[in-house]
Amino acid sequence: MLAADGTPLKESLGRALRRQKIRALALVAPLLLFVLLTFVIPIVSMLVRSVENQIVSDTLPGTVAALSSWDRQEGATPSEDVFQNLFFDMFNAAEAKEHTKLGTRLNYENTGLASLFRTSGRSMDDIGEVFQDAIEDADARFEDGAFWHEMMSGEGGDALVADRRARWENLTGEPMSGDIGYVPSQDIIVLLPETAAAYTDFAIWTAIEDNDVVAEEDPWEAVYAALAVDLRDPSRAAAIAEYSGAGADALQALTATEMPTLTFTDAFAEMDEDWLTPGVWQTVDVYSSNYTSGYFLNSVDRELTVDGVEARPENERLYIKLFGRTLWMSLIITSSCILLGYPVAWLLANLPVRTANVLMILVLLPFWTSLLVRTSAWKVLLQQQGVINELLVWLGFVDDANRLILMNNSTGTIIAMTHILLPFMILPLYSVMKTVPPTYLRAAKSLGATNWTAFWRVYFPQSVPGIGAGSILVFILAIGYYITPEIVGGTDGVFISNRIAYHISRSLNWGLAAALGTILLVLVLALYWVYDQIVGIDNVKLGG
Amino acid sequence: MKFTKPILATMALGLSAGSVSADGHMASDMTLVSWGGAYQQSQINAYADPYVANNSGVTVTWDESSAEAVAKLRAMNEAGSITWDVVDVVAADALRLCDEGLAMEIDADEMLAAAPDGTSASDDFGDLLVGDCFIPQIVYSTTFGYRTDMVPDGVEPPSNICDVFDLETYPGMRALEKRPINNVEWALLCDGVAKEDVYDVLATEEGQEQALAKLGTIRDSVLWWSAGADTPQLLADGEIFMGSTYNGRLFAAIEEQGQPIGMMWDAQVFDLDGWIIPEGLSDERLARALDFVHFATDTQRLADQAKYISYGPARLSSAPLVGKHATLGIDMAPHMPTDPDNAANTFLYNYEFWADYRDDIDAKFQAWLAQ
Repeated sequence: MLAADGTPLKESLGRALRRQKIRALALVAPLLLFVLLTFVIPIVSMLVRSVENQIVSDTLPGTVAALSSWDRQEGATPSEDVFQNLFFDMFNAAEAKEHTKLGTRLNYENTGLASLFRTSGRSMDDIGEVFQDAIEDADARFEDGAFWHEMMSGEGGDALVADRRARWENLTGEPMSGDIGYVPSQDIIVLLPETAAAYTDFAIWTAIEDNDVVAEEDPWEAVYAALAVDLRDPSRAAAIAEYSGAGADALQALTATEMPTLTFTDAFAEMDEDWLTPGVWQTVDVYSSNYTSGYFLNSVDRELTVDGVEARPENERLYIKLFGRTLWMSLIITSSCILLGYPVAWLLANLPVRTANVLMILVLLPFWTSLLVRTSAWKVLLQQQGVINELLVWLGFVDDANRLILMNNSTGTIIAMTHILLPFMILPLYSVMKTVPPTYLRAAKSLGATNWTAFWRVYFPQSVPGIGAGSILVFILAIGYYITPEIVGGTDGVFISNRIAYHISRSLNWGLAAALGTILLVLVLALYWVYDQIVGIDNVKLGG
Repeated sequence: MKFTKPILATMALGLSAGSVSADGHMASDMTLVSWGGAYQQSQINAYADPYVANNSGVTVTWDESSAEAVAKLRAMNEAGSITWDVVDVVAADALRLCDEGLAMEIDADEMLAAAPDGTSASDDFGDLLVGDCFIPQIVYSTTFGYRTDMVPDGVEPPSNICDVFDLETYPGMRALEKRPINNVEWALLCDGVAKEDVYDVLATEEGQEQALAKLGTIRDSVLWWSAGADTPQLLADGEIFMGSTYNGRLFAAIEEQGQPIGMMWDAQVFDLDGWIIPEGLSDERLARALDFVHFATDTQRLADQAKYISYGPARLSSAPLVGKHATLGIDMAPHMPTDPDNAANTFLYNYEFWADYRDDIDAKFQAWLAQ
C-alpha cells in the first residue's frame, strides 16, 4: 500500500512515528540530563569510591611489585630490594607531594602511618645526598646539569620515557604529555638502567611540572642514588670500562672510587624504626590491590588482615549497631506517623472544605519552615529546663528534682522526627481518603454494621494504599536523616547517616563513607523489595 | 579516583567563574572563607574592611564554610575548580590540607610582614608556624565555663580540671565535646597520669581504655556537644552546671550578655586558627590572596582583631598592642587565654599525635558512646 506521496505506507508511518519519538525525547532531554548528572552519576561514583584503592600501587609502583615475592604471613622484614624501590617511589611521591595522601589513606587501617609517611618524605633528599656527595667528590663534572644531560641523552630510549610518563600520570592523576627535551640513550639504559629511569623521572617532572629546561637543571638526589645502585653491581665495572659514549671517562673514574655502603634498609631504619616493623609492610601489602573490600568490611565491623577477614575487637564495633538502630528507629518513627497522621488525614478528608483548608494549612506550615528552625524549636520545648518540663513541674505532675529527659537521647530523635516527617504521611493518606466515597460507609451501616466494623472492614482497607505510600516516604526519608538526630539525638539517638557525614566532612575517609552509603542504599532497596513481595507495590497510591 | 575525576570535572563546568584582573596583576575579587558569627565579624572589622579601604575596587565575598573546609576543598580540587582564595582553618585542618596537597606551602619570611622592630615573621610567629602551609592568626583555647549560681553552698567554685570529674562536690550536668580530642587528655590528667606522659599513655590501647573508663565515671551526667555555640546556650538555659567550649564564646556570654557564668582556665587546651591559601589558584588570584594575607597578618592587624573577640594574636609583637574592647571598653588582656594569670596550667593541642590517632581513637570513642 502506498501513501499519498508514493512511498510505502509502512515506511511513511514509521517516519512520522520516529519524528514524534524524537520530539518527545527532546522534551524530556533536559530532565533526563539533569537526573543523569545529579543523581545517577554521583551514585555510580559513590559505588566506585567504596572499592577503589589504586592509590597504593600508583604511589609505590616499584615497592608493590617488589613486595609480591614477600611472604606477608611470615612477617619478616622485607628485603633490601623492597627498600630500594621504596626509596625511589617515595622520592618521586615526595616531589609530587603525594606521599602524605598515601599516609593518610593507610592511616585509616594502621594508626601511625600518616606521620611515618609525612616525616619520611622529608628525609628522602638526605638519603640521596649521601650518594650525591660521594659521586661529586669522585668527579666534579657530576655537579653539572649539562654534563648529566649530555651523558644520558642519545637515541632509542622513547619507550622508557613513555613508561616513566605513565608512572607519573598514575601518581599525580594528571596528564604529563608534552616535549621534555630529552631522549635517553639506549646504550645508557642498558649500561645504567636505574640511573636512566631516575634521570628520566627527573627530566619529565622538570620539563612538564616545573617548566624548566632539563639540560640546565641539576639532577635530583635520587639520580645520584640510582647511579650508586647501578655501580654496586659488580658486573657493571667491565661494561663501563668498555663504554665509549659521552661521560665514559667520568663513569670510569667512579668505578675506581669507593662508594658509600649505606643500604636503603638501614637508611629507612635510621629515619624511623617503624619501617622495620612487619605490621607496616603487611598493611601496605594487604592494601596494595587496585580494588579493595576493606571499606565494606570496615562498615560491617570487620577488617582485612594478613590472615584474611576478621571481626574487629569488641571496643571498635559500631556500624552494625548503628545500622540496626537506624532501621529500628525509622520503623518506630514511621509507626508513630501512621498513628498520629491517620486521624488527621481522616479529618481533612471528611470535614467541610473550608475547615479542611484551614487544617491543611496547619499541616503544610511546617513545610515552609526551615528544618533547623523546627529542630531547634524542639530543643526549646524538650530540654530539662524547657517548656514541657516547666509545665509539668508547674502542674505538679513531675517533681522538680526529677525532670523528664526528653532529648539528647532516642526519645528526642523520635519525637522531633515524627513531627518533621508527619506531613509526608498525612498528604498521601489524605489524597487516598479523599477518593473513598462516603456512601460506602453509610451503606455498610445501613446493612447493620457497627461503627467499628464499618470502619475496619470497609473504610480502612480502602485507605491502605495511602498508608503504604506514606510509610515508604517516611521510612526512606527517616533512614537518611542526620541533622535532627545530630541536634536532639545525644549519643543513643544518632543514626548511621551521622557517621557518614562525619567521614565525609571530618575524617575525610570518603571510601568508608561511600561504603556505608552503599550499604544503606542496598538496605532501602531490599526493604522496598520485601514490601513489594508482602504488600505489593501496585497497592501504593499517592493520590486519586 | 581516576574514574571520578573527569565526572566531577564535567559536573563543575560552569561553576567556576574566572575572576577578572583589576590592575593586570591581581584579581579584583576574592572569596574568604571563615566560621561565621562573632569570629568572622572580628575578621571583617580588623582585616577585610581596612583592606578594602586601602584597595578600592576589590570586592570581598565571605563564605561560612570553615567547618567543612577540608572536605569542600578536596571536592573542589577533584572537580578542578577552586573557588576560594583564602581559607580560615584550625591548625589541625591546615596540616591535613597540606598533607593532601590542597594547601600551598608558605615561606613565612618571604610572604608575611616582618614585625615593626624588624623581627622576621618566622621569629615573630615562632612555634606557632605549624606545618608547612599554615599562617597563624589567633590562639584560642578550649576551656570550661560554669554557672556561678549553681555552685553548691559552702563550696569553692570549681577551679581545677578534676572538679569536672568530681560529681560529689559539684553535682550537675556537664557538657563535653562529642569527640575524643581534649576529653581524653583531661580524663588521663585526672586519673593520675602526669601531664608530660599523657600522649605516651594515650598511644597505647590500655591508655585509651583508661581514659574512656575515667570519662565513664561521669558519663551519665554528660551532654555531648558538637557545635561551639551549644555550651554557652546550655549554660544560659541552666541545662548544665559546667561545660567546655572555646574561650571567646564564654567571653561573649559573660561580658556581652551578662550571663552568670564563671571561667575555669585550668588545663585549658591551646589551639591555633589561621589562614591557608588553596593550591592551584591562578596567578592573579594568588597575587591578590598573598597581598591580603600579608596585610591581614601584620602586627597591627592581629592586635586589632583582639578588640572584637577575646582570642590572643599569634604574633609575639602584637601582644603589647592589645587594647580595649571596641564597644564594651573593657581591657582585653585579662580575657586572653595567653594572659599569665589564665595560663598557669595549659596544654597545646598535639598536632602530630592527633594526625595519627584521630581516626583510631575516634572510632573507639564513638563505639564507647554507642554502648
